[in-house]
Amino acid sequence: MDEMIKLKEMLNPCIQCGTCTASCPNEVDMDLVPRKLWRMVLMDRNEAIFDSQTFTLCSSCYLCTLRCPRGLPLTAAMAKLKAIAAKSDLAKYRKSTRFYKSFMESVRRHGRVREGEFMALYFLSMKNPLLPLSFVSLGMQMMRKNKVAFELPAKPGTGNLDRLFKKVAEIEEGL
Amino acid sequence: MNHTYSYFPGCSLSGSAMEYDLSTRAVMERLGITLTEINDWNCCGATAVEAVSSLLGSALGARNLALAERMDPSSDILVPCSACYLNLKKVEMERREDPELAKNLDTILGEENLAINNPPGVRHLLDILVNDITPDTLLENTTRPLTGLKIAPYYGCQCLRPYAVFDDPEAPTSMEGLIKACGAEVIGWEMAARCCGASNMSTKPETAKKLVQKILMDARGADAIVTVCPMCQLNLEGFQKGISRDAGTDLAISVLYLPQLMGLALGLDPSEVKLDKNLALTPALKEKLISILSLKVNCV
Ligand code: SF4
Ligand code: SF4
Repeated sequence: MDEMIKLKEMLNPCIQCGTCTASCPNEVDMDLVPRKLWRMVLMDRNEAIFDSQTFTLCSSCYLCTLRCPRGLPLTAAMAKLKAIAAKSDLAKYRKSTRFYKSFMESVRRHGRVREGEFMALYFLSMKNPLLPLSFVSLGMQMMRKNKVAFELPAKPGTGNLDRLFKKVAEIEEGL
Repeated sequence: MNHTYSYFPGCSLSGSAMEYDLSTRAVMERLGITLTEINDWNCCGATAVEAVSSLLGSALGARNLALAERMDPSSDILVPCSACYLNLKKVEMERREDPELAKNLDTILGEENLAINNPPGVRHLLDILVNDITPDTLLENTTRPLTGLKIAPYYGCQCLRPYAVFDDPEAPTSMEGLIKACGAEVIGWEMAARCCGASNMSTKPETAKKLVQKILMDARGADAIVTVCPMCQLNLEGFQKGISRDAGTDLAISVLYLPQLMGLALGLDPSEVKLDKNLALTPALKEKLISILSLKVNCV
C-alpha cells in the first residue's frame, strides 16, 4: 500500500518516547497504545495495525500533535489510517467508515449536512435496524425542540458539490 | 464598534445548534457589529472528512475561503464552530506552506470559476470576542450583571489545537475576562481544555461517554458550563441522564453557549438568546436566572 509507505516516511522521526500515549484521552480503550501503533507502522506490521481498533478511537483532540517532541502530525496520521480503512471497506471498521461516508454523501448532495438525512443514510448503509436505537433518545430530544427532522434521503438539488467531489477524486487517482 | 465580518455559520448552527447561531447574531447586533453570511457556503467536512480524504477536506475549506474572498476580501471570516474553524484554518495555513496543494486547490476551484488569491483571515468567534471586541467593551455594555452565577468555562480542543492562535493550547484563559465582564464568577477546574470525545459519540459511544463523565464530574459546583463549540455542547448536554446512571450520581448541569451568557448580561431576554432550545437547562439554573434577571416565572 503506497499510502502506508507515505505514512511510514512521515513517522520516521519518532523516538518512541511515549508522549503521545501519555496525552491520549482514549488510550485506556486502545488495544495498541499510540506509541506502539507508530512502531508497527515503522516496522511494516500492517496486519497488526488493521487488526487493532486504535485509530478508530482517535477523537481528534490534537494533544499528541501539540506535544510530540518531534513535531509529528499524529492526529493526521490517525485520520490517514481511518481513510485507508474506509477506502478498503474492511469489515472490521464498517461501523465507523460508513458513518463518515454517509456524512460526506450528504455533503456531496447538498453542499451542507442535513443532520436528519445523514443519520438516515447511515442507518440504511448499516442495514441494522437496531442501530438507530442508540440515537433515538438524542434524536427525540432534538426533534422535540424543533431542531432537526428525520428526513428520508432527498434527491440532490441546489448546493450540490458533485463537480468538486469528482475533481478531488480525479486528482487523487493521478489523472 | 464599527466592525464587519464575513460570517460562516456551518451546518450544526443551522440545526442542532440553532441557539448558538441566533445568540451570536443577537449579541453582535447589540454590540453594533455587522455579520454578512458568506453566500452559498458549504459544509467544512467536520471531523468526518479527514477519515475519508484529506484533499477533499482541503477542497471543501478552500471553496469557502474563495467565496468569502469574492464577497468581501477585507473582512475576516468569523467562525463560531470549532470544527469548522479548524478545517478552514487548516486550508489557510497548509496552502501557504504546500505549493502542490495550492495548485491542486486552484484546479478544483477553477471548475466553478472560483479562485483564492489573498483570502481573508479565518478567526474563531472567541478570538474576535477577546481581541477585537474585548472584555472592556463588554463590561461597558453590560446592563444586567449576572452576579452570583458560577461558570465553568469549557474550551474543548479544536479552537485551541493544533494552531495556538489566541490562547494557551493547554491552559486556556481567554473566556475568563468575558465571563467576568458579564458579572459572573469563573470556577477553577481541570477539564477546561480536555477532549469531550464528541467525534466518537456515534461510533464508539462507550469510550466517548467516559470522557463526558469526567468533564461533568469536574463541573459539579458550577451553575453552568459555558462553551464555544456546537459538538461539545451537544455532547455534554445530550447524554446526561445515562451518564448520571452509570456514574451513580446526578450529573445534570446546564450547558450554555458563551454568546447566550453574554446576551443575558447585555440585557437580551432569555427568548432572544434561545435558552428554550437548550436540552439540559436545569431547574436550579432557571430559578437562579429568574432571581438574577428579576424575571417573571415562565420566562425562561
Ligand atoms: S510523542 Fe512523537 S516521538 Fe514520542 S512516541 Fe509519540 S510519535 Fe513518537
Ligand atoms: S489526537 Fe487522537 S490519538 Fe492524539 S491524543 Fe487525541 S485522541 Fe489520542
